Amino acid sequence: MGARDVRGPGAPWGRDGGEPGENGSSAQDFRVIGRPNRKVDGLAKATGAAVYADDIALPGMLHAKFVRSTRKHARVVRVDASRALALPGVHAVITGADLPIRYGVIPWTPDENALAVEKVRFIGDEVAAVAAIDEETAIRACKLVDVEYEDLPAFLDPEEALANPSPQIHETPDKPQKGNVSKHVRLEFGDVDGVFDRADVVCEAEYSFHGTTHAAIEPHCAVATYAPDGLLTLWSSTQITHYVHRALASVLELDPARIRVVQPCLGGAFGGKSDPFAFEFCAAKLAMVTGRPVKMLLTREEVFYLHRGRHPMKLRYRTAASADGTVEGVDAKILIDGGSYSSFGLVTTYYSGQLLGGPVHLPTYRFDSTRVFTNKPPCGPKRGHGSVQPRFAFEIQLDEVAEKVGLDPIELRRKNFQGQFVKTVNGQRITSNGFLQCLDAVERASDWRNRRGKLPRGRGLGIAGSMYISGTNYPIYPNDMPQAGIQLKVDRSGLVMAFTGGNDIGQGSNTVVRDIVAEELGMEKAHVRVVAADTDLCPVDLGAYSSRVTFMVGNATIDACRKLRAKIVEAVAEKWEVEPRRIFMGGGKVFDLEDREKQVPTREAFQIAEARFDTLGSTGSYNTPTLGGDYRGGTIGASPAYSFTAHVVEASVDEETGRITVEKCWVAHDCGRALNPMLVAGQIEGSAYMGLAEALLEVHDVNRFGLHSGPSLLDYRMATSVDTPELAALIVESLDPEGPYGAKEAGEGPLHPALPALSNAVYDAIGVRLRHLPFTPGRVLHEIEAARAREAVSTGGERC
Amino acid sequence: MLRMQGFDLATPTSVEEAVALLAEEGAHAMAGGTDLLPNVKHELVEPRRVVALAGIAELRGVERAADGGLSIGAMTTLDALAKHGDVLANAPALAQAASLVAGPQLRRMGTLGGNVLLDTRCQWYNQTYFWREALGFCLKKDGTACHVVESGSKCVAAASNDTAPALITLDAELEFANADGRRRVAIKDLYKSDGAANLTIEKRDLLVRVHVPATPAGHRGAYGKLRERNSIDFPLLGIAARLDVGDDGAIARADLAAVALPARPLALTKAASALVGARPDDASFDEAVANAVEFAHKQLHPVENVPGDAAWRRAMARVYVRETLRAAATGSGPVHGR
Repeated sequence: MGARDVRGPGAPWGRDGGEPGENGSSAQDFRVIGRPNRKVDGLAKATGAAVYADDIALPGMLHAKFVRSTRKHARVVRVDASRALALPGVHAVITGADLPIRYGVIPWTPDENALAVEKVRFIGDEVAAVAAIDEETAIRACKLVDVEYEDLPAFLDPEEALANPSPQIHETPDKPQKGNVSKHVRLEFGDVDGVFDRADVVCEAEYSFHGTTHAAIEPHCAVATYAPDGLLTLWSSTQITHYVHRALASVLELDPARIRVVQPCLGGAFGGKSDPFAFEFCAAKLAMVTGRPVKMLLTREEVFYLHRGRHPMKLRYRTAASADGTVEGVDAKILIDGGSYSSFGLVTTYYSGQLLGGPVHLPTYRFDSTRVFTNKPPCGPKRGHGSVQPRFAFEIQLDEVAEKVGLDPIELRRKNFQGQFVKTVNGQRITSNGFLQCLDAVERASDWRNRRGKLPRGRGLGIAGSMYISGTNYPIYPNDMPQAGIQLKVDRSGLVMAFTGGNDIGQGSNTVVRDIVAEELGMEKAHVRVVAADTDLCPVDLGAYSSRVTFMVGNATIDACRKLRAKIVEAVAEKWEVEPRRIFMGGGKVFDLEDREKQVPTREAFQIAEARFDTLGSTGSYNTPTLGGDYRGGTIGASPAYSFTAHVVEASVDEETGRITVEKCWVAHDCGRALNPMLVAGQIEGSAYMGLAEALLEVHDVNRFGLHSGPSLLDYRMATSVDTPELAALIVESLDPEGPYGAKEAGEGPLHPALPALSNAVYDAIGVRLRHLPFTPGRVLHEIEAARAREAVSTGGERC
Repeated sequence: MLRMQGFDLATPTSVEEAVALLAEEGAHAMAGGTDLLPNVKHELVEPRRVVALAGIAELRGVERAADGGLSIGAMTTLDALAKHGDVLANAPALAQAASLVAGPQLRRMGTLGGNVLLDTRCQWYNQTYFWREALGFCLKKDGTACHVVESGSKCVAAASNDTAPALITLDAELEFANADGRRRVAIKDLYKSDGAANLTIEKRDLLVRVHVPATPAGHRGAYGKLRERNSIDFPLLGIAARLDVGDDGAIARADLAAVALPARPLALTKAASALVGARPDDASFDEAVANAVEFAHKQLHPVENVPGDAAWRRAMARVYVRETLRAAATGSGPVHGR
């Protein structure tokens, strides 16, 4: 029985069946949950004791490096490694011929090879890998690998790739008419054309979202060993151990039971460590070929080529509304620049439309999204995968609708609020929904009513909202097994070990697991330890993506704890000859509620239970209920719970220089319940920081030669502390009936509104609509000047 | 991580020792290393031997000369320079320029000497070997083509040292040592218009000290730095301003200099001359500034050498010349973040 089965709207932490504390908060009922507990790995990270993949050094370990394509798009005519192999210290060189099996994180689009087979598709694509006694020798050897290319026409612009079906970046001999389309999705819900024909108000405009990347501070790294008995072990900086495990088995043609994948401490991921990568296959293959441990550490530049960052999109949006501001329908046409491989692109293409069904009620809705291959670093999932870009367009458009109908933009959103426990037009089940409280919170905190539209010219406030998934019921590869599993092992010392496949990538999921165990078993936190993301030791979890870990692993943990608690309670009750309902676990003790004299330390209770039941432990799992619309793609974006966010951004615009300064950003986020308010606030602030920096500074692009325009942390300008405004994290707790203690996600949702809220603030400040990212000062100045020129030409109303 | 290329390291403790080492083939001096070492990693500089200057006492310290001028050791860190009382008082533009180089950590390593002799920068040059190989290289290093000015035969990599324009307005003199002895070079004669090698000195010349002549009581100065991010970045445009106000309240001497345009820091002589005679505390100043801005704007033509929008950089020349002059007049510099 999964944890979900013991819950429902009447869950103990739900609105109806709960035991709210005196101040309307039920957090007081918890001893561990709801407190700003220090992260399990916080001290290790702060002191430098934490072991990251690159900290692993094994006896006899070799270092491997890639030979990368210097061509945008070319046939690989010949790879000659003889000069490299002749260099002393070189142990092996592998090429595409050594790893011919294709892979891809989405099973339906396996279009990647670890090393180029026949073709290279962008500058930086992997061609060969060299293992040598040290990095310097490997680098020298890479320069001695002779690669002969035959150039092919290349496409750097998605429009151009779409217009030219030939040459295909990925050849589909059976379907040449596919051209360079990676994925096309067109879904329509309701009579969209009819709604637009009858609408009082239609706003229509084009928007564009540029490319950005994750830039996690830890570059990707893997270490592989291949034991003489044929056991492969890979330590990798991955956020999805399980998919790496599956992909290794397939590409290396090994028995999966003879592969162990371990994720060491991770220095940030943000979606950029979700795909199985060439460096993982090549480290493993080189370990197999050489019989020595092999490390492959990427340079910062290589991380930019690996990319899988945010897709550039060109979006045409139309929104229909009635004269009173009721939103009636949306019609979107989106061109998505996918870069050179599919990666998660199938999901991206769906997400570009499927995640717009809230918090504003959309009665009708259509989207037509086309993802196109180009000869650029491949795009993929980045924090807020696929939905940050359409959200940018739509939330600006809502501001335009509000202006046209004469409503305050917060009022417009209130008026169109979808409500809680409703179904969206595209079939998504919305459970708890604290969006109205989010609007209230940012409206109040920013003093919106007294300040919006009333600040001196050059300073303004903007609002935007969003929703995001807490995991999805789409498990990447179809199966009926649990999405999250956990195992508890009980020790006579009083220690409980939790084994989880969930990947802690810095978001704090191991801390959440520890805290849930301590809460459920009434134990001290120090008596719970967590082992995570080791395929030999831990039950499968699908990994850290789609904001699923807290929700799903949290529920699995509660499930396992309650099974274990039942056993302990039963054994102690039996020994004390009392009813089990009288036995309570709390404060590191187990006692009789009706006779407090009767108590033992938890350790002793474990021993009683072990004596009674044999070696003690339990398992727990979580799987989503059946969700989603009954149509192709209807389950993509269907989540057991959605988070909701509202931002108010206060910005200053220097009309002479085009520079935008964010003065302050208020973020109210409905995370269901804040299991650890410190970590939730950290995720809210980190999301807003990232979103604002994407808008103002960060640009991931190629130049006219197809070369990355600045693959370094000097030229890819991330915001520093002096570029970051004061951020106010306002936590809203809607207590979801299905989340663990009511929790939902907090790591991705709070990014979305940052960018459109900033654009809307600029409009409030200077009356210029910024619809095209990035808002770098040169571009903003250009837009300001263009708007002035338009004003000079026409005194007609504002284009909407 | 990008690996360091191999080189021998020498750690001399005297100027004489250092000069002897620098006379050898393949030697390269290293001050703070904040620019050299990334350039070595990028295989832009391939020294056989790096001569680290950190152990030479004569290269350190800021001293007040008898005539009231400053003698600044080449190894003085940018952080120390920015905070030094005598520098703040007598050469405010220099202190302000130093305070805006890179970020705090780099200013604690980077030195005045290193900044004065900084290699020119270009988006087609400051990249890894792999990147440049995929590009087909450029004429500053390993190649023959310029990608900024197509069909150009002369490198237009940008002088990117924030301190250079400040030192130009201050008439600084640079004391170099080599095996033949010592000599002083005026800062205006140090740079030439060749991005591939924009210094008139030789590899074997060691910068020992920077001499800043005394400034009069009415000296005012400021530095303005354009960049997209408010820390770390090299200038997209740098403007230094000097206004020496006489006892009568009128500007007796004015200087303006700019950096991050072509290979050579530019003295904006005509623009500066428009300011002479104006009084910073009355309306004549605004008019003089407006004239100076127009003259400066005619002279400032950014090209697509450093990463950043050249059209915006050109448009910002007006704003930064104006604001830096105003900041000099009011003592409110540096100018940045506009």
